[in-house]
Amino acid sequence: MTYTIKDMVKKESRFVSGHRMCAGCGAPPIVRTVLRTLKEDDNAVITSATGCLEVSSCIYPYTSWKNVSFIHSAFENAGATISGVAAAYIALKRKGKTTKNTKFIAFGGDGGTLDIGFQALSGAMERGHDITYVCYDNGGYMNTGTQRSSSTPHFADTTTTPAGSKIPGKSQMRKDLTEIMVKHNIPYVAQTAAIGNQKDLYEKAEKAIYTEGATYMSVLSPCPRGWGYPTDDLLPITKLAVDTCFWPLYEVVNGVYKVTYKPAKKLPIEEFLKVQKRFKHLFKEENRWMIDQLQQEVDKKWNYLLKQEEFTNSLDI
Amino acid sequence: MSNVSDIGSNILEDGNSTQVLTGNWASRKPIHLKDKCTNCMLCVPYCPDNCIIQKDNIIQEFDLNYCKGCGVCAKVCPFKAIEMESKD
Amino acid sequence: MAIRERLSGNEAVATAMKQINPDVMAAFPITPATEIPQYFANFVSNGTVTTEFIAVESEHSAMSACIGASAAGARVATATSSQGLALMFEMLYVASGLRLPIVLINVNRALSAPINIHNDHSDSMGARDCGFIQLYCENNQEAYDNTIMAVRIAEKARLPVMVCYDGFITSHSIENIMLMENDEVKNFVGEYNPEEFLLDDKRNISMGPLSLQQYYFEQRKEVADAMIDSKEIITQISEEFYKITGRKYELYENYMLDDADVAIVVLNSTVGIVKDTVDILRSKGIKAGMLKPRCFRPLPYVELANEFKNLKALAIMDKADSVNAYSGPLFSELTSAMYSCNINVPTVNYIYGLGGRDVKMENIYEVFSDLEIIAKNGKVDKITNYLGLRGE
Repeated sequence: MTYTIKDMVKKESRFVSGHRMCAGCGAPPIVRTVLRTLKEDDNAVITSATGCLEVSSCIYPYTSWKNVSFIHSAFENAGATISGVAAAYIALKRKGKTTKNTKFIAFGGDGGTLDIGFQALSGAMERGHDITYVCYDNGGYMNTGTQRSSSTPHFADTTTTPAGSKIPGKSQMRKDLTEIMVKHNIPYVAQTAAIGNQKDLYEKAEKAIYTEGATYMSVLSPCPRGWGYPTDDLLPITKLAVDTCFWPLYEVVNGVYKVTYKPAKKLPIEEFLKVQKRFKHLFKEENRWMIDQLQQEVDKKWNYLLKQEEFTNSLDI
Repeated sequence: MSNVSDIGSNILEDGNSTQVLTGNWASRKPIHLKDKCTNCMLCVPYCPDNCIIQKDNIIQEFDLNYCKGCGVCAKVCPFKAIEMESKD
Repeated sequence: MAIRERLSGNEAVATAMKQINPDVMAAFPITPATEIPQYFANFVSNGTVTTEFIAVESEHSAMSACIGASAAGARVATATSSQGLALMFEMLYVASGLRLPIVLINVNRALSAPINIHNDHSDSMGARDCGFIQLYCENNQEAYDNTIMAVRIAEKARLPVMVCYDGFITSHSIENIMLMENDEVKNFVGEYNPEEFLLDDKRNISMGPLSLQQYYFEQRKEVADAMIDSKEIITQISEEFYKITGRKYELYENYMLDDADVAIVVLNSTVGIVKDTVDILRSKGIKAGMLKPRCFRPLPYVELANEFKNLKALAIMDKADSVNAYSGPLFSELTSAMYSCNINVPTVNYIYGLGGRDVKMENIYEVFSDLEIIAKNGKVDKITNYLGLRGE
């Protein structure tokens, strides 16, 4: 069935109002769209690593998770927790103690996924449980006040990599978890974001959830507080991230790359940087070299992806 | 009121956060300009708080019980059919 | 009809697990517990059990996966020691906080640093406040029996249970054992049918919320209350077990204590040589006795304290050190219990066997002769002593 936003919005939401995420947060629309890909009769068990999403969506005695069951156990173990739930399902289904067709989805922020949660994620993916892991990536430990994570962009100002007179922001490049996940030999890996009619996000989420085996998705989740932009600009800023190729949208199906969005006009990275306070210091005269360097890094990655697409499609795999 | 476990912290019902009216966070509210609205549905999935209620693909209302006044919807709308107004 | 066998502690526990056939086992290897997931993996590969075995990538993930599976409604078990238990420390509290009936086999081993793979009780003692029920086992028979009882105890009390026995000494030594028939175990443990679980067809629930100041305290008190209530549950289930097997288990074992003048309190395998020493002393007319706690959590403090009330001197042996410039953990808990029950007996602490330092009968004689002196003088000169250090 071809995707249309009009069909999508008619589906009941399984992530309801009353959560305490910040005004304008990028994560709730992502979670809602991901869960909307679930078939109406399918059940799901969701786990979330400690972080903005978990802490705001399940504050006793309220929960924003609807028509799905939810468990939070700790920060670094969303991968391990969901593995346990998925294994229990096999046992209970066999015994007839649970009968609904159920999907298993773990959500984690970039902190709970790339850093403290890395080991558990890697283990879960490697073991190939029938689960989906979705990382809502806002480029920092936002829940605790914007500390750097390994996903924070190069040169960004965070509370643990402040743009000081001696060290101008984060000195390391971003860790590319999407690529690391490809090397786990899992059947489906995707990098996506909510732009336009959200077709890219929806279709990838649907593929991730309904592909058998362990699947992974990185979704860009803009954070108005952490990035320093007005709450209104969720969509424009996501669009800039994607159009500057800072956040390429692609998927890897059994090792074969497909870049799903190629901007008609590739914008210079400066366009993305200049609207965020966390990059303000890059625009000082003595720091312009950082913008040039970021441009090089973005271009290198973009060309790599285009080449990977060409290469993996030419192989007989 | 919530259906919770007698023993421990389990919440025995789903989606009950709708009892928490986050609308009191907002200092702005969206105004729906119906004559400009084409019911394209683009704003609906972008609202972080699921406030834009549609039925059969017709926008019904913007639920101010939960609206935090972020203004995402206004920027998403390609037809400028939503405007943010101060709540004072 | 009981089955006679000769098994090591680990083999015995793995056999119990096989007969229990849990829904999920998530485990990571660590000496000297490694054999348990290994034996179990064999059972899984050969179809002897229907358990979903998850070969997780760390002990923290082992407990996390167990928590996910148990929350989902499955019966789960795992095994670890020492560093593994220490690594899963935060998750132990999560397991009890979420009221999940997980069975954890802890093969007691010393904590690093320096690294040591041999037996002492620093691991389980270090986790004594985490809300797990803790049962201690003298030998392979007790390890086997307690594992089977643990499943029912955990599910009734809605608290996780840790079954502890000595690494290498019990885990790897082969002893005679009486096993239950497969059907007996199956009938004893029954089916696990939780009230609240994630995979419930009838409703969707949320577990592990953020509980703020106005809720957390009561929810933690409920865990404390559950621990208090578990004492009765342990007694009941042990009684049921006795009816089927003829093997009696109480909260602790009192050996020649009733008319004793001097006594030793000791956990796990060291009990063996203490009992022998008591027998020899008794034959010489010395009124020696021994108490072996089985159930350390919950601590049956009133009953224990009262067992000591007629003694002239008591030695509490700790195979762990609290490093509090005072004593070991068993000593501080039991003397506190005695104080709370107005029982005043000169009591002395012996820290022994750390890192698997061998403890011999001559060491136990030493303790008893010290106790004789304390009994005569009516006072303790040195509260905490280290037994069996080199050169002393």
